[in-house]
Amino acid sequence: MREINVKDMIPIVKKLCIDANYYIGEDVISKIKEFKEKEESPTAKNVLDILLENYELADKEQMPICQDTGVAVCFVELGQDVHMVGGDFTEAVNEGVRQGYKDGYLRKSMVSDPIIDRINTKDNTPAIIYTDIVPGDKIKITIAPKGGGSENMSEVKMMKAADGIEGVIEFVVDRISRSGGNPCPPIIVGVGLGGNFEQSALLAKKSLLRSLTEKNPDPKWAKVEEEILAKINNLGIGPQGLGGRTTALGVFILSKPCHIASMPVAVNVQCHAARHKSVVI
Amino acid sequence: MEVHLTTPLKTADLEKLKIGDQVYITGTVYTGRDAAHKRLVELLEKGEKLPFDAKGQIIYYVGPAPAPPGKPIGSAGPTTSYRMDPYAPALLDVGMKAMIGKGPRDQTVIDSMIKNKAVYLAAVGGAAVVVAKSIKESKVIAYEDLGPEAIREMKVENFPCVVANDVYGNDIYKAGVEEYKR
Ligand code: SF4
Repeated sequence: MREINVKDMIPIVKKLCIDANYYIGEDVISKIKEFKEKEESPTAKNVLDILLENYELADKEQMPICQDTGVAVCFVELGQDVHMVGGDFTEAVNEGVRQGYKDGYLRKSMVSDPIIDRINTKDNTPAIIYTDIVPGDKIKITIAPKGGGSENMSEVKMMKAADGIEGVIEFVVDRISRSGGNPCPPIIVGVGLGGNFEQSALLAKKSLLRSLTEKNPDPKWAKVEEEILAKINNLGIGPQGLGGRTTALGVFILSKPCHIASMPVAVNVQCHAARHKSVVI
Repeated sequence: MEVHLTTPLKTADLEKLKIGDQVYITGTVYTGRDAAHKRLVELLEKGEKLPFDAKGQIIYYVGPAPAPPGKPIGSAGPTTSYRMDPYAPALLDVGMKAMIGKGPRDQTVIDSMIKNKAVYLAAVGGAAVVVAKSIKESKVIAYEDLGPEAIREMKVENFPCVVANDVYGNDIYKAGVEEYKR
């Protein structure tokens, strides 16, 4: 049994919030450069150049890549041999978020309730925290700030097995087609297949943690991902929806077993500001 | 085409713009998102005055990040515009001449732009530091309680955007996609 004081997690979460918002992953930069080479529209090429310039400036000026510094989504892989001491784990994560969003000059985008009051909580809490119990005595914490523009273009659909893989592909492509320029293309498309209603959505979100340079380890899904990506890029939406051949940089699928009567499909849309940083304690 | 515009905007200048033109704005822009728009339109419905004179002005859909020390503003890219669609025509009717945001507008807004000879300009979503560099001053002029959603008056120099809807009803979100889809 390894003891970890929850208070030690506060500065770690704080730094993850700031780093995730200031520094884009190398995978996004290299993919955008790769697509820029193939892009046919001059307007689109110009937008991609501005995005590359923006990542560089964010790093240099120590400012967030995007003003929408998102909901702080926190994935925790908790080793089952860890014993947490020193206080409330959830509160420690929230305190890290609070400090990160304040000291990193990140935007506070959370409101107290969804409809009636909508009063800004002023410190970007609460974070949305998912915990998985895993073997071992370590904790892996990932902070993935998620902006509203792309999140709003996401959808869960309870499909029928009879719809087949063609039906799934059609639904995903149609979802992106209807999103147009809203989610700040170029986007990354997270697809969760199977499980049940809520698990499919979580799979879609978790799929977005993959690097754009990594292929799906299952060749069956890697092929479907490629097919969906090609179809999406044939929509012509282009960067920012202004027209072009670069609409999505990647499609990521995660799947799980499901009930004999069900086939849940979830699409979680991620903008080019695909921010996530992890640390293992 | 590359066009430099200064505020307040003149109808004659806007009539020359076509979708896809690269525009650089210098002068004043006012900011507002959903919550501020709701309040502005409520004021108009009650027959009251807006907190700023809308004539010839530009409204920028943005909720900036806080200003780090020594900077006039934090990251400040555009937010998605369709959420302002229900409110936009009322503001164009009182003389607002341009909107800056990201993503397509609905037909009622496009019709209102034709009627009022106004334009919609797209800034690059997520290019928030690039935009912030063009903002030289920023002060909250109304609805401080809304935090990032408060209305700000910004002084900008060469604020970069693209004409997405011109005064003739053309729409880059439709035309651009048509051109590049297969
Ligand atoms: S969709 Fe992404 S890039 Fe666009 S404004 Fe939102 S967080 Fe920023």
